[in-house]
Amino acid sequence: MSGTPVKVIFPSGMLGSGFDAATVPRGIDLGATAIAIDAGSTDSGPFYLGADQAKSARAAIKRDLRLLLTAARGANIPLVVGSCGTSGTDRGVDWAAEIVEEISAEQGLSFTLARVYSEQSADELTAALRAGRIHALPPAGDLDEETLQRCEHIVGLMGAEPMMAALTGGADVVLAGRASDTSMVAALALINELPAGPAWHAAKTVECGDQCTTNPRGGGVLVEIDEHGFTVAPLDPETSCTPASVAAHMLYENANPFRLLEPSGALDTSSATYTALDDRTVRVEGSRFEQAPHRTIKLEGSASTGYETMSFVGIADPAVLADLDRWLARLEEMTARRVYDSLGIDAGQYMIHLRCYGNDAVLGALQRPSEAPREVGVMMRVRAQTQEDATAIAKTANPLLLHLPLDGALHLPSFAFATSPAETDRGATYEFVLNHIIDIDDPLDLFRIKFSEVRHD
Amino acid sequence: MTNPTTPLGEFAEQVRSKNAGPFWITLDIFLRTEDDYEWLRNAGAITAATISALYLVPAEDIQIFEMATLCAIKISFPRPVTAGSLEDRDQHAGQQYLPLAQLEIPVQPVHS
Repeated sequence: MSGTPVKVIFPSGMLGSGFDAATVPRGIDLGATAIAIDAGSTDSGPFYLGADQAKSARAAIKRDLRLLLTAARGANIPLVVGSCGTSGTDRGVDWAAEIVEEISAEQGLSFTLARVYSEQSADELTAALRAGRIHALPPAGDLDEETLQRCEHIVGLMGAEPMMAALTGGADVVLAGRASDTSMVAALALINELPAGPAWHAAKTVECGDQCTTNPRGGGVLVEIDEHGFTVAPLDPETSCTPASVAAHMLYENANPFRLLEPSGALDTSSATYTALDDRTVRVEGSRFEQAPHRTIKLEGSASTGYETMSFVGIADPAVLADLDRWLARLEEMTARRVYDSLGIDAGQYMIHLRCYGNDAVLGALQRPSEAPREVGVMMRVRAQTQEDATAIAKTANPLLLHLPLDGALHLPSFAFATSPAETDRGATYEFVLNHIIDIDDPLDLFRIKFSEVRHD
Repeated sequence: MTNPTTPLGEFAEQVRSKNAGPFWITLDIFLRTEDDYEWLRNAGAITAATISALYLVPAEDIQIFEMATLCAIKISFPRPVTAGSLEDRDQHAGQQYLPLAQLEIPVQPVHS
């Protein structure tokens, strides 16, 4: 295996987001040696890890997995899926395995499956914290034990090694818990003892599928990694990789465009060269990887913040819109008073966040001053310790959102509720509270691999 | 007489923003030509001080990267509020490029 090039199909940036069904057969025809895909992210917020739910619909995941699984088994090449279930919890991995089992039964597939679990226990991390093995990443401060205990779920962001162990252990299909976006492709290259610079840089380049092409529209890419560099081209014949489109992807969702931190070290692309081989294929060489002196694993944790109810009311009344800040201040003040009078709930026990869509909802204080808007949608988010309280507070605010006049107005206005009921319970809400790394001695520390045989001949 | 200016969003090919994880925001400016890239670098418009004023974040937290080969400038700083928290107005930070795109920069003199 030493130094043998790998050719990996990366069909899209996210399992379940859909991709052109012709993508994978094209890659197989071009001699692909593996398929990899990412099924998760923290980008859609803390809910998915906190509530342990997937962002994508089960049917959409199953559709994508069916195409990948049947193609991989048909060509007898490995399939590696990272961050199963969006957040990579243990249940997310088992959920993906259940879908894989269903498809295999329907298609008559047999293979060795590996599940790589990445969920962490707060108690074990508390012991590590006491031992001085957990450190903050900027801008986070030092971690305290209470924050760990508040987390509903904590996952460790694995690098390539746990997936490499699964593959060398005989897995045809790897379903991994939380894994860095790059780790699946890197693992496939590193098990062939290919150099880490090209392996990680190629992996970063294709982590969002055809995002590294000139016309991303869901066709996936094929990347070949060898001892000197990597070569990348789209699987959609209508789009291209150019030196600029490939180099620009190092900027995407990455704070530092020249360095990408991984558990085992840092990718350094400052000396990389990007060359067009033809009008749609790019060759990259000169990428380096600096092994870290000691390994660390990044932790992600999501803690409960209570329960929310949301109301939404539209205002077109020019007089109110001309004096919107004063109206909002009055709304907050009157709501607090009525919530205390009617419900006996003190202002310190809940939070209300108001934002005006059509005015400054998206940019807030960064928005430029402007003329009065034509219409705004006032979104009220109420957060309390129980759903019952959040709902009651929103219901108490309802008559104010409907009828609150400007101070001194002659007539009682009625504003435009968007829905009946005007309130929507949002259920439990969460926040990301960990931005920390833990020191590990062995790359497989914190992760657990479980092999099983799927047999449906 | 004041010197003419133009919004950076019109001068550049693209100005964009996105999360770099839930705790950081990153802004990218792509220029059309090496000339434009050098002009913007030398105009002194993209500094920790100007970004601090636009985004109401401490200047010492702001990182600026220049990528000559791509004719691009990248700016990263910690998110004032964590992605997905109650006060967060933009889950993916995809609209936060606007203050930067609206920044007025000096117009490059036309060569005769």
